[in-house]
Amino acid sequence: MKLEYAPAPESRSIVDIKPSYGLFIGGEFVDGHGKAFKTISPATEEVLSEVADADEADVDAAVKAARRAYTRTWSKMPGRERAKYLYRIARIIQERSRELAVLESLDNGKPIKESRDVDVPIVAAHFFYYAGWADKLEYAGYGTQPLGVAGQVIPWNFPLLMLAWKIAPALACGNTVVLKPAETTPLTALLFAEICQQADLPPGVVNIVTGAGETGRALVAHEDVDKVAFTGSTDVGRAIAKVVAGSDKKVTLELGGKAANIVFDDAPIDQAVEGIVNGIFFNQGHVCCAGSRLLVQESIAEELLGRLKRRMSTLRVGDPLDKNTDVGAINSAEQLARIRELSDIGEAEGAGRWSPECELPQHGFWFPPTLFTGVSQAHRIAREEIFGPVLSVLTFRTPAEAIEKANNTPFGLSAGVWTDKGSLILHMANHLRAGVVWANTFNKFDPTSPFGGYKESGYGREGGRHGLEAYLR
Amino acid sequence: MSRVDVRKTYKLFIGGGFPRSESGHSYAVTDSKGKFVANAALASRKDARDAVQAARKAFGGWSSRTAYNRAQILYRVAEVMEDRRPQFVDAVRQSEGLAAARAEKVVDESIDRLVWYAGWADKITQVVGNANPVAGPYFNRSTPEPTGVVAVLAPPESSLLGLVSTIAPVVVTGNTVVVVSSYDRPLPAVTFSEVLATSDVPGGVVNILTGAAATVAPWLAAHMDVNAIDLTGVAGDADLARNLEIAAAENLKRVRRAPATEPDWTQDPGIDAMTTFLETKTVWHPIGV
Repeated sequence: MKLEYAPAPESRSIVDIKPSYGLFIGGEFVDGHGKAFKTISPATEEVLSEVADADEADVDAAVKAARRAYTRTWSKMPGRERAKYLYRIARIIQERSRELAVLESLDNGKPIKESRDVDVPIVAAHFFYYAGWADKLEYAGYGTQPLGVAGQVIPWNFPLLMLAWKIAPALACGNTVVLKPAETTPLTALLFAEICQQADLPPGVVNIVTGAGETGRALVAHEDVDKVAFTGSTDVGRAIAKVVAGSDKKVTLELGGKAANIVFDDAPIDQAVEGIVNGIFFNQGHVCCAGSRLLVQESIAEELLGRLKRRMSTLRVGDPLDKNTDVGAINSAEQLARIRELSDIGEAEGAGRWSPECELPQHGFWFPPTLFTGVSQAHRIAREEIFGPVLSVLTFRTPAEAIEKANNTPFGLSAGVWTDKGSLILHMANHLRAGVVWANTFNKFDPTSPFGGYKESGYGREGGRHGLEAYLR
Repeated sequence: MSRVDVRKTYKLFIGGGFPRSESGHSYAVTDSKGKFVANAALASRKDARDAVQAARKAFGGWSSRTAYNRAQILYRVAEVMEDRRPQFVDAVRQSEGLAAARAEKVVDESIDRLVWYAGWADKITQVVGNANPVAGPYFNRSTPEPTGVVAVLAPPESSLLGLVSTIAPVVVTGNTVVVVSSYDRPLPAVTFSEVLATSDVPGGVVNILTGAAATVAPWLAAHMDVNAIDLTGVAGDADLARNLEIAAAENLKRVRRAPATEPDWTQDPGIDAMTTFLETKTVWHPIGV
């Protein structure tokens, strides 16, 4: 049965995008020295705005502003007063939540139901949670002294959420920040700058510099930065670790993943199918902890794949602002090219490729939900992070084999386990070399819950009490 | 001719409503200089029992709210209190006889105390909970849970800061509370109950009785559906405190003992006002294929 859906677009009128944006330094928007660049809607390729490109001098000005705010104001302010600013920010995010959600979906391409129901609520909750730590640091066990100025570089897959994960704990602990949003998704960070103004946050405590790789490089290499926090690809993470080598900079890196989502034969199968779909197609698969390798027990593989394909056929791909959309646009032409390349390689290496019939829009960047069967551990689609809506399916017979295969990766960010047997869940959790293990659920995030990886998925944790460690001495 | 003001009736706060005392009794409340201000309801044994019933009814819902939600609600109480700051400054001046600047500080401290406790809702588990490395293939985890209905005897001197500092740590973790306010200075407590009533706090989570601890507290201490009692309000009255503790022993209430003198409420409160009214639950589960 095919269901027809009338369009149900969320109104764009709530957002007011300016034709151009400067850098947010010292509490004000200023012009950048680099050549301004355009940010587009990946769903339509429509130009949304022009954004300043921060060069080395701009980054230096931002770091100086952050240092000044740190020395004169923020590090001297009692924790309970810092907390109140963070509570204010949390409240303004709640008040302006729909505006933030629409802007995020426009600039990023993610479905409005995700930005509205997942990203933005967790952003507000994250600020609220860390606000509460600002005056309780002595109970957390990581010291109470801030580090100084934090240089933070975030990716395009969860622009505002990654901003919250970086800024909230940094400020709670008494640090000031210079944050660089991703080149393709700067708009919600710039709206966040406005929120800082509404909250009367002291100037220079938060500085936002937009730009591409060069801007990020200048920021993490800046000699007056005490702390580097990066979320993004493992290759860039490696490069950052080399840049800061020999310095006193404290570093946290949240990098790539190739998570195994392991389904045992006694798993509640409909829930597992939903979990698999959520694990890999949530946010178009642009998720570092995505369950991109499905490991299914051989005895139920056929039945599970049948149900999974049927479920995938009901996914609605299209306009991110449509409230019924399940899978939105791929964030950029560059990312689309990478997903296409790796998928073609998967086919060439002999795996079976399948996608449901699905009509893709004429403009913008789109890729259908895709799965590969007959994947071996040596295939590149089983080893490399695709960062798109592409699932590789492998099978196993015993728990030991599942553990072996799941851990056979240089990454170690997350894993999923599906079974009705509690002791098996805990056995698997003990043996999986991954920072987050979801059992009978997937892609769950909460401000109180630490997140981060083993091995080449990076180091350090964000969220929870553990998330304070990265910003204290 | 000057306008005649409309005076407020000061009532009890039970189950989210504002009843007069079932007994029909009230007592005259004066300001710090002895001048009559209002007749406050004088809570009876029946009022105390009604309050316990309301608190018990609210416990299931309140304790199963997410910690995040309780934090949001407590923070909302602080927001609304800040909004009514002048009213509280007047109330504190009137009942405690403080100069304006001093009264403002007390109100500020009370609001900040609420904000401080709001933040604890989703952090106390992370500070006092534990993963336990038992010597065997078992998952073993200990987490705090609220103990239930808590009776609080609020301090006699500090009518607002002391009140807030004894209520907030009890409810933030999911307990519900029956409070006996300061006998001589009950009016800030009544004003505070009006804030609670308009801050998304579910009815029955906080119940406030104005009246005498010496007459109401024994009923609460002996009540078999009260799980714990905070005796701070009878600080300095060792005999009464001891008798209440003996009554409380009947169903093994958790007791926060009365100190020798009323504490300095401006000091860092620490976390024992919360942990006294928490149970620790340990869960075991086997690990294996």
